[in-house]
Amino acid sequence: MEHAVDTTLTVNGSPVRRSIPARQHLVDFLREELGLTGSHIGCEHGVCGACTVRVNGDIVRGCLMLAVQANGCKVDTIEGLSDSGELKALQKAFHEKNALQCGFCTPGMLMAAQDLVLQNRRCSREEIRKHISGNYCRCTGYQAIVDAIEQVLNGQS
Amino acid sequence: MKAPSFAYSKPSSLEEALELLERPGATILAGGQSLIPSLNMRLSSPELLVDINGLPGFSKIEVLSSGVRIGCLVTHAQIEKSAEVSKHASLLAQAAPHIAHPAIRNRGTLGGSLALADPAAEYPACAVALDATLFIAGKKGERRVKAGAFFKGLFETDLRPGEILAAAEFPPADKAVFVELARRHGDYAIIGLAGIRVASQKRFVFLGAGAAPVFAKNASKAKSLAEAKAALGEDLDPPPDLYHSSATKLHLGRVLLERAWNTL
Repeated sequence: MEHAVDTTLTVNGSPVRRSIPARQHLVDFLREELGLTGSHIGCEHGVCGACTVRVNGDIVRGCLMLAVQANGCKVDTIEGLSDSGELKALQKAFHEKNALQCGFCTPGMLMAAQDLVLQNRRCSREEIRKHISGNYCRCTGYQAIVDAIEQVLNGQS
Repeated sequence: MKAPSFAYSKPSSLEEALELLERPGATILAGGQSLIPSLNMRLSSPELLVDINGLPGFSKIEVLSSGVRIGCLVTHAQIEKSAEVSKHASLLAQAAPHIAHPAIRNRGTLGGSLALADPAAEYPACAVALDATLFIAGKKGERRVKAGAFFKGLFETDLRPGEILAAAEFPPADKAVFVELARRHGDYAIIGLAGIRVASQKRFVFLGAGAAPVFAKNASKAKSLAEAKAALGEDLDPPPDLYHSSATKLHLGRVLLERAWNTL
């Protein structure tokens, strides 16, 4: 039985091939192997949401998926979404609304918020709060984050 | 923390998976949303993870005359969004949004939740309320177990070593309601209730109220809400948690019973 597994995946549009230790979770692989340190590691047991990344279009906890499980998958991180301009509106709104202080949760928060933006529907503040309920922010009290997401979703300023 | 070292294999057939599960220290990896945290915290240390996500035919939702059959690899997000589940097994569709958060629901599976048998989990109570049948694959073939007999205790089920929970079939109900109380959205429930009605017969099953789902036998037989609430005291003796005494949980159980009663 193999403890390291040959894995091929696409990260932010680029093909990646590595032999990955089975025990390494996806966000450690992205950070340590690929230098993509935008996805943060907070709790490492699925509670805080700082490691949120997209796998085959769905947001997941990067710490609750083994990197070898991403074999054949398309992985998108905050770096990819930021560089492509996909997050432009959210980034602008987060800036304008002061929706971050220390910034530790921000990459995960943006990934979770963008997941809601892609659903392309108007949302109540309650729905926004539900959608980001798995992303912890210890600075803002969430009010400004909800303001920023609401601005993008509902076009309110 | 980081997970301990283990080997990994992703079989592409059921036969291969069952073969691998015979190896010492082998554990099934499905959605991983409970297993991987426990690995990261080093609460478990398997020698081999058998990733069953490559098994064909385990991700199907089928509407049969006897009910909805859902493969073990169907995720919470798929259950939440499925028009078939919403129409034919609305109890599950109502329960799914209560499970953790969107990013976790995208990976966590029905089979994983049932097989883990967390006392605060939503699906086990739904399965007992609907009298679901669980299909278990093993080297000697498939066997079937009713949900009521499957859940034996705290994280304890009828699954034997080397077996895989392949699917669950949920019979239809005339009406269903799922309610739970949690401190914050996505937290484990303080207490929850899966309620159904078939013809004039109601069935109430509680989660977070014992080591396994608790069928409220007396409350289910009651003819009026007042009678049901009084009878719940005989059905439930919920263990306290860090924040809620047994009496509080029983009180909250009655609150949920009232909400469910008025919906069914």
